Amino acid sequence: MRRLLLILALVLMPVTATGEEDVVAGLSQNEVSITANFNGSEILIFGAVQRFAPLPATGPMQVIVTIEGPDRPLTVRRKERRYGIWMNTESVEVDAAPTFYAVATTAPFEDVITHTEDLRHRISIPRAIRAVDTGIVRSEEFTEAVIRIRTAAGLYQMLEGAVTLRGETLFNTSIGLPANLTEGDYVVRIFLTRDLQVVASYQTDISVRKVGLERLIYTLAHERPLIYGLLSLAIAIAAGWGASAVFRYIRTGR
Amino acid sequence: MQIYLPIAEVSVNAFLLLGLGGMVGILSGMFGVGGGFLLTPLLFFIGIPPAVAVATEANQIVASSFSGVLAHLKRKTVDLKMGVVLLIGGLVGAALGVQVFNMLRAMGQVDLLVRLCYVVFLGIIGALMFVESLRTIRRSRHQSEGTPPPRRHHRGWIHAMPFKTRFRTSGLYLSVIPPLLVGLSVGVLAAIMGVGGGFIMVPAMIYLLGMPTKVVVGTSLFQIIFVTAFATLLHATTNFTVDMVLAVLLLIGGVIGAQVGARLGVKLKAEYLRILLATMVLAVCGKLATELLFQPVELFTLGAAGGH
Repeated sequence: MRRLLLILALVLMPVTATGEEDVVAGLSQNEVSITANFNGSEILIFGAVQRFAPLPATGPMQVIVTIEGPDRPLTVRRKERRYGIWMNTESVEVDAAPTFYAVATTAPFEDVITHTEDLRHRISIPRAIRAVDTGIVRSEEFTEAVIRIRTAAGLYQMLEGAVTLRGETLFNTSIGLPANLTEGDYVVRIFLTRDLQVVASYQTDISVRKVGLERLIYTLAHERPLIYGLLSLAIAIAAGWGASAVFRYIRTGR
Repeated sequence: MQIYLPIAEVSVNAFLLLGLGGMVGILSGMFGVGGGFLLTPLLFFIGIPPAVAVATEANQIVASSFSGVLAHLKRKTVDLKMGVVLLIGGLVGAALGVQVFNMLRAMGQVDLLVRLCYVVFLGIIGALMFVESLRTIRRSRHQSEGTPPPRRHHRGWIHAMPFKTRFRTSGLYLSVIPPLLVGLSVGVLAAIMGVGGGFIMVPAMIYLLGMPTKVVVGTSLFQIIFVTAFATLLHATTNFTVDMVLAVLLLIGGVIGAQVGARLGVKLKAEYLRILLATMVLAVCGKLATELLFQPVELFTLGAAGGH
């Protein structure tokens, strides 16, 4: 099945030859559906390097794969001890930070890409965040806190060495999306590097959507809040009445 | 089995929620309390955002109170007139409470407020209950010395108030101001803490208003239904934080648990039951208090951007 997909990917992906090497890739799925029993999803990313010239004599090829979730504004708050209790005091508004961000590479990050190339393409986690909130964050601490908290929650992932590259041609990796995903379009980027410089890149989307009942409830709650509220109450009252009726029946039945 | 909650946007084990609902249901069946004051903090502990926990809990209380009040209406132990007066106060209180809740949410202090309320109220109620039941146990052991304490009848300042009216079912001739104030404060608590407020209203009705014990529970349930229903609607329309899936799961567990608890309660001794409940209340209170008093491991928290 995977091989078939790979062949399909190779045939279908538009080839834009910019250099001597180019990348074609495919995903195990282009759509993630958040259903009632959604518990995260594993995305398989695979691809191949197309060459229009013999293998260059420069350093070995490296591959970087990133997945970036939709940006959302964010408030970061810091707790401090006031009047003997720990409460939120300072806060910083971040205009937009990705709700999910994963980077997978073939080798340790500093062996894959230079600092300047990282800055240009916004690849590492701190770069991906800083690029969108320039001038908003006063202190380094708050950005670091965002990265620390989201890394602990599995929302930001640095997966060094998670991409396998075979014969400088075929590569594949898998990235786990956690259960608490935000809806939206997730951007997948693939970079090929040689001698720490990006030589080719490729971009595609994964669409993450709530479906079925989840979709229905979410839309109703946000677009028709009054009806949603009344419906919640109706369900509650029906359940309360139903329960007492059922148990009364059981008790008198015995 | 993991289940994804559409409003809370977290994935939680469905059996854990059923279990929690069931456990609190058993307690509420055994002790005759709503259980909201235990369930809401438990929801915080398993990672439900406090705003969603509070709003959803209000919805769940509607269900449990409704099944309770049906039984009381049949037994004619609901003082409807008193209920309506308490309700008017309660609705105003709930509206105020949701306003305060939203204001503090924008300031990033809603967690602190909710937790503080819980620590204070759980601490007081738990301690009172503990002392009271210890005293009952001691009294039952030395029955020869102990005499039951007479009901006190000093309600002078309450009887000096204007706008007196007769509450026939309760057999009271009383100003409407005290019940309005009791209703108001319970309404504020219902909106902020996601509780029915029965655990505060019941003692207030007995000791402040001097209502006969047999009509107290039914009347407070009657008031709680409307106040929590109103709070649910306000939360649903202003904050979009009522999670229907979460409510239904808690409800199923709660309803079954309540019936089991009601049967268990008959077999166990009341004083020991109350000590058990008091210990649990104090444990939850202690856990919340330590989070406020000791330095947290992570000083930073992330929240949705304020102002919308």
